[in-house]
Amino acid sequence: MMLARRARDWLPALGVFVAGIGLWQGFVKGLHVQRFLLPAPSAIWTAFSSNQNQLWHEGWFTFQEALGGFAIGCTAGILFAIIVARWDLLGSALMPYAIAANAIPIIAFAPITNAWFDPLTKTSKMVIAAVLCFFPVFVNVVRGLRSVKPEQIELMRSYAVGELTVFRLVRVPTALPFLFTALRVASVLAMIGSIVAEYYGGSLDALGANIEQDASLFQFEKAWAEIIIASLLGIGFYLAVVALERLATRWQPREEIVGA
Amino acid sequence: MSAVSIKNVSKEFKGGTKALEDIDLEIEQREFVSLIGPSGCGKSTLLRIVGDLIEPTSGGVTVNGKPARQARHDHDYGIVFQDPVLYDWRTVARNIALPLELAGWDRNRRSQRVDEMLDLVELRGFGEHHPWQLSGGMQQRVSIARALSFDPALLLMDEPFGALDEMTRERLNAELLRIWQASESTIVFVTHSIAEAVFLSTRVVVMSSRPGRVSKLIPIDLSQPRSAATREDPRFFELATEVREALHMGGGYDMPLAATGLSEGAT
Repeated sequence: MMLARRARDWLPALGVFVAGIGLWQGFVKGLHVQRFLLPAPSAIWTAFSSNQNQLWHEGWFTFQEALGGFAIGCTAGILFAIIVARWDLLGSALMPYAIAANAIPIIAFAPITNAWFDPLTKTSKMVIAAVLCFFPVFVNVVRGLRSVKPEQIELMRSYAVGELTVFRLVRVPTALPFLFTALRVASVLAMIGSIVAEYYGGSLDALGANIEQDASLFQFEKAWAEIIIASLLGIGFYLAVVALERLATRWQPREEIVGA
Repeated sequence: MSAVSIKNVSKEFKGGTKALEDIDLEIEQREFVSLIGPSGCGKSTLLRIVGDLIEPTSGGVTVNGKPARQARHDHDYGIVFQDPVLYDWRTVARNIALPLELAGWDRNRRSQRVDEMLDLVELRGFGEHHPWQLSGGMQQRVSIARALSFDPALLLMDEPFGALDEMTRERLNAELLRIWQASESTIVFVTHSIAEAVFLSTRVVVMSSRPGRVSKLIPIDLSQPRSAATREDPRFFELATEVREALHMGGGYDMPLAATGLSEGAT
């Protein structure tokens, strides 16, 4: 019953998907669009299914870079945020720079990190992904830890408990929604960072290096198939973070995304 | 022994703002004392000094014969703010149980007490709800239940019904009196409302501002227990008028300028 309703809720979106693919196919075939401009979905599907093993191998390689960078960057962001939120002076010294750094296109450093680390290793890509993830997590967690209302602290003070208890019982739960907002952004940034860094040179086991190579060798169908893999992994990563968020903040009121 | 003894308390904030000057006040056991005054008279500051949430610049407070600091460490205070300050990630029951958890009560004792508290504030059946599922009045009742859960000797309330509509406010006033009579607590209550202060209190402390001082103590001799009829008692009106006049004598009571005929510079 519930499942049937869920399925019905998704039906319009599914309809749009099918219609979109159909229009694309008709557009490319009907107007004889050149394959280097836009290949037909059927041609992309052929390239996808005949290269499946290689594609998933590349995808997994890149995903490991993204996941590694995500883990390093987010952990560092959380730790720094805890320190900065605790000691105000440190916060007022560092926060302006963190907010500024959050606004600069860090991805522009990708060729530099390739020069610092061996471009064929996963490390060079993890570094850029980690730096990309660090700032939004850092800034948001500091905000979260500080958004506790003064009365909440006063109430805890009236119970005569220590700072650590206040941190555990009040600050951490208050900061959780802020953290997860940042983690969602970071999951996307980690994938973008890894793939773009691979464009500037990387192992041919990686998705980005292959997209770049296939596009320059006129293998557009395969490049599109690789983009689809990247998209699937990106969406999967994002949804995993969302699932974790729902688990960790079950108490929050939330709207259903589809239907009511 | 007085429940609260405030001696020569002054408070000056950083920047030189004098919030309170030479406050002396004795509150007896089982009293219900309201602090009333214009905004900025330091009534909330005084409440926080009694609860050892703010330190006075000079003077001291003892609670049941102990310094305020000691009383706080002994869990003698229950506090209710204007904002219910409920923790959204905890259910109603776990919000009420929070001070008990921190005081190391075991699970069985906790859940038994939570049930008693839910009955006391007439929220039986709402224990597993989350705070955002309740109305403002219900949230404030949870906040009161939490403050009373560990039987504190002194209940400090900072405009607890200030954000509620008039109907809810009158109902909760009556409920609070019932709860107070059922418990052994002394209550110190900050409010803006003359009617609320007179209806609830055994004594009203009228304060004046800049710097905050006690300008008049008015004992409220309305008979107990009080009810809706109390609000129509002629004595109720006499006392309300007395409080109102004391507020005006103290100066600075927030009246519309048009009504006072004073320009802003004159206040």
